[in-house]
Amino acid sequence: MSAQQNVLSLRGVTKTFGAVAALTDVDLDVAAGEVVAVVGDNGAGKSTLVKILSGVHPADSGTITFESKVVGIPTPAAAQHLGIATVYQDLALCENLNVVENLFLGQEVRPFRLNEVEMETRSWELLRQLSAKIPTVRVPVASLSGGQRQTVAIARSLLGDPKVIILDEPTAALGVAQTAEVLNLVERLRERGLGVIMISHNMADVRAVADTVAVLRLGRNNGVFAVKDVTAEDLIAAITGASDNVVAQRAARRTEGGVRP
Amino acid sequence: MSVTDTAKDLQDERLLERQGVRGVLDGVIDRARGGDLGMIPVVAGLVVIWTVLQILNSYFLSSANLVNLAMESAAVGVIALGVVCVLLVGEIDLSVGSISGLSAAIVAVLFVDQGLPVWAAILGAVVAGAVIGWLYAQVYNRFGVPSFVVTLAGLLAFLGFQLWVLGAKGSINLPFDSGLVFFAQLAFVPAWLSYVLVAVAAGGLFATGFLHARERRGAGLSFKSVSTLLARSAALLLALGFVVWYLNQTRGVGWMFVFFVALVLVMHYLLTRTKWGRAVYAVGGNTEAARRSGINVKAVFTSAFVLCTTFAAVGGILAAARLAAANQSSGGGDVNLNAIAAAVIGGTSLFGGRGTAFGALLGIIVIQSISSGLTLLNLDSSFRFMVTGAVLLLAVALDSVARKSRTSHGRA
Repeated sequence: MSAQQNVLSLRGVTKTFGAVAALTDVDLDVAAGEVVAVVGDNGAGKSTLVKILSGVHPADSGTITFESKVVGIPTPAAAQHLGIATVYQDLALCENLNVVENLFLGQEVRPFRLNEVEMETRSWELLRQLSAKIPTVRVPVASLSGGQRQTVAIARSLLGDPKVIILDEPTAALGVAQTAEVLNLVERLRERGLGVIMISHNMADVRAVADTVAVLRLGRNNGVFAVKDVTAEDLIAAITGASDNVVAQRAARRTEGGVRP
Repeated sequence: MSVTDTAKDLQDERLLERQGVRGVLDGVIDRARGGDLGMIPVVAGLVVIWTVLQILNSYFLSSANLVNLAMESAAVGVIALGVVCVLLVGEIDLSVGSISGLSAAIVAVLFVDQGLPVWAAILGAVVAGAVIGWLYAQVYNRFGVPSFVVTLAGLLAFLGFQLWVLGAKGSINLPFDSGLVFFAQLAFVPAWLSYVLVAVAAGGLFATGFLHARERRGAGLSFKSVSTLLARSAALLLALGFVVWYLNQTRGVGWMFVFFVALVLVMHYLLTRTKWGRAVYAVGGNTEAARRSGINVKAVFTSAFVLCTTFAAVGGILAAARLAAANQSSGGGDVNLNAIAAAVIGGTSLFGGRGTAFGALLGIIVIQSISSGLTLLNLDSSFRFMVTGAVLLLAVALDSVARKSRTSHGRA
């Protein structure tokens, strides 16, 4: 895959919190219409990576290239402005507001005389595009199931017409059927040509939906695999570092030998 | 019905079909069971209180007494409207009584002692109220001090400020021939105009409903039928018409009460039909989610505090005008708790994100009914405090129980 196809590229991103190096020299590439799963054990740096991309924490060093331009992401607003949308694990929905109100929160149509009709129409269009199973948009989000809430959160992130969407543990709190629903949704995002970064520690989900798996271990890259030619054992080995992985050994040899490109 | 001719928002087969008056009733019962009580407790409470008080004293529901009740409601009602704003963002203002007293004192001193024109005196007091709210918001936003502590400090500090402004005399009478006192005591809407206003209200309800329905129909969404809209407007016309007719049997509807209702309508519009209103409910429901949606949360808190204290100042001016005096006990006693109780009884949640402007209107009528009824029974303020305290406790308990029920029924 050539570099110009990548909508988002990270090179050598490093982030430390005090004496702790949360991310060291991390690379990541996402192409349009590609689902990249970022996996790793607890403390591997997945959440830190999300926070850097969504503008919660700036990176200490390294470059972020978005649509062939080197960019900085100092604030969440900057990330949204670039076209990087994030769906947080806790979804950040207001339970007392209904679906339409949540979808358009902070970006209402016609601020001084809300255009409810247009907002509702656009909500339905959006939800239909995602084949969302939400019976009515005029109920408080509190009465929706976990999968439906995830759908609302994802739909909301699509309103700004993003290029890259980051899903933080989208299936963590869901049952079997709801997980399947969300995975369908992820595939639909890919069909729409978005780059999707999915943070997960559920191997089954990753293998079901991702094109590429990037493994983080202790804040460093520990291999990038194409899903179609990697086994679950290999992935788990890379995540845990149990059988000091081949890819990592090769990388280490090449760095020592000075042949790294 | 095939999918093609069903409105875009009613296509899901899981939706229960509900039509007509019966459907509306079923919906209300459903929501109440789930803990979404809305206006039910306050309306039920009002019926019970009015029935009991009427049995105890047959003068209670007389036209003359209800005219008075409406006039008495306006001042504290305006304060309660401000309390609704601050409760909606999940905060509280315990100092509204002191601020209303201070504003009464400022008006009296500027108008009577300093000889300024009445509008300048009013402006001075309202600006003072707004500045206090801005100060609260600064302390809250910058230092993160809980609002009940900030405003508790304000309760004491502004009471002291009120006493200092009033000086040694401790009491200033407002001249009876001033427009302010006339407005609060003697200005009543002429009978013909009151009926015109009722007709305008009913017509306005129908017109907005009709335009909205037409717009929804054009967009292929479900819409209310013309007959439903007509029925709704007719019901409003009859109900309001009857109330106004009954009040017109004696003095009629006071302009001060009309002013209060107009403020309620303005706040209702701001809260339900503007981006700012949405932000207020969002901040009250989930502050972090609101922040991540790009809402300027600090500005929303500031606006809520400023509105609350400004309304408290306006209420204080109205109370002083009604009494034709500002003194050391202005805004003291039960004003504070009555205003908060009115907001809570009217269905505004202490936990934020839930409540309406109309709640302040209904809530203050409940509170004022109790107060008026007990006064008619020749019970002194000791009983009034006890009963109002009990009603407030009941309202808050109901709010907490409803909240639990909402959580268990997935309505949060």
